[in-house]
Amino acid sequence: MVELSKENFEQEVLKADGLVMVDFWSQKCEPCKELSPILDEMAERNAGKAKFCSLDITNNKRLAISQKVLGLPTIIFYQNGEMVAAFSKDISVEDVEVKLNELA
Amino acid sequence: MSEVYDIIVVGGGPAGLAAGIYGSRSRLKTAILTKGKPGGQAATTQELENYPGFSRGTTGPALMESMAQHASSFGTEILREEAVELDLGGEIKLIRTRSKKEYRSRTVILAPGAEPRSLNIKGEHSLKGKGVSFCATCDADFFEDLDVVVVGNGDAAIEEAMYLTKFAETVTIIVIHDEGVLDCNKASAERAFDNPKIKWVWNSVLDEIKGDGLVESVMVKNIKTGELAEMATNGVFFFVGSVPKTDLLKGKVELDEQGYIVTNDLMETSVAGVYAAGDVRAKYLRQVITAASDGAIAAVAIEKYLVEEDSFRERVLEAPSLVMVAFWSPQNGASIEVISMLEQLASQYKDLRLVKMDTYRNQRVAGRYGIKEIPNVLFFKNGAEMARITGQCSRADVVDLINLFI
Repeated sequence: MVELSKENFEQEVLKADGLVMVDFWSQKCEPCKELSPILDEMAERNAGKAKFCSLDITNNKRLAISQKVLGLPTIIFYQNGEMVAAFSKDISVEDVEVKLNELA
Repeated sequence: MSEVYDIIVVGGGPAGLAAGIYGSRSRLKTAILTKGKPGGQAATTQELENYPGFSRGTTGPALMESMAQHASSFGTEILREEAVELDLGGEIKLIRTRSKKEYRSRTVILAPGAEPRSLNIKGEHSLKGKGVSFCATCDADFFEDLDVVVVGNGDAAIEEAMYLTKFAETVTIIVIHDEGVLDCNKASAERAFDNPKIKWVWNSVLDEIKGDGLVESVMVKNIKTGELAEMATNGVFFFVGSVPKTDLLKGKVELDEQGYIVTNDLMETSVAGVYAAGDVRAKYLRQVITAASDGAIAAVAIEKYLVEEDSFRERVLEAPSLVMVAFWSPQNGASIEVISMLEQLASQYKDLRLVKMDTYRNQRVAGRYGIKEIPNVLFFKNGAEMARITGQCSRADVVDLINLFI
């Protein structure tokens, strides 16, 4: 997973070619921490199909809100910098994986 | 073949962790399967100040962390595994996990907990994660200096609203009751009324959440007048009760109409060797303390269950001789007479054993063999029931059967 921040978000996501997945999370969010190992496995299984990134919103709230994220956990897919799909709250990694393969 | 546990707990909240502490201290091989970090819903509750011995300033995550350490210190294995399929009918229970592992255990404690209820109003699903939230600790950060609405007025709603005031500019609580009436405890109500950041809307429910991309406003309906009013807000937090996480358990154990698991006082479900504990159980009060209590009771009941099962197997089902199992009760004179007659007979035959079962202390075994009246004498050979004499039991009848089977 590529770790994102307000410094590299534009470069790594908005100006990136191809498919990018961003996992929005924070230390205070228990469901996010439940999700992250399962998400890591999914990313490993699908290596190469997208760039997998995560953004800890703790010091990046404004950035998250600019991406219309106002709740955790949230996963967003970007295609050539454009938001193309989003998942929030009770996220099933199976659904995310289906969407990934659809977009890849 | 993988090893067989004595207890596998499905769910790592306070019920599961307490069961782990009690189970491991009784030297039972105990594992807890938990989807994420242990702690359950309590780990997402910041303000937790009614667990005895832990006063103000205690947080849910900290208390759960120390419960988890406590359980581990006695030898409970806490495994990051999500149960996806359960086979509970047999003597050995099978649990398959998302990681495709299969766990085997003699008993199971179901403690998957509950999750927040949704109201299914317009905008609730489409704006989830975009201002609609069910978890204050997850999302409070976003609402620094913004305005939020809380729906609900039970303990969770009022306590989480207090937590939100540390971040948000205003927290408006929508209450269905008349002014001043809250379902939460009095201490929390008093503090909420004193909090200048909290505003109240009485006799009202939420009708719709509006917003293009992010939450912008809510439609609030006054249930007395039917009047609808639009109110600008940045976030909506729902705390309107919970629903049990029992989808996996439908058709496996008895559930009530709302989906909660039905148990008796020993936490036994409708299936032998399967217990339930915590918020998932049909009960009066769902709190950390009652969850922990359920877990302790289930683990102790299991210890007795395993002893009973082992002893019955050893003394009856695996016995090399003919065994007479006599169900009796100290309150039943006829059954006491039968017992003394059987004791006398047993001493006369070399390959005959008598096992006495007090029906009050061995209700499960009595139930399994359909014992409805006593005295009742069952004859077992090589683990199988050969015959039984129910009620009136003469010495001649017993001698006939002994001679037939011995």
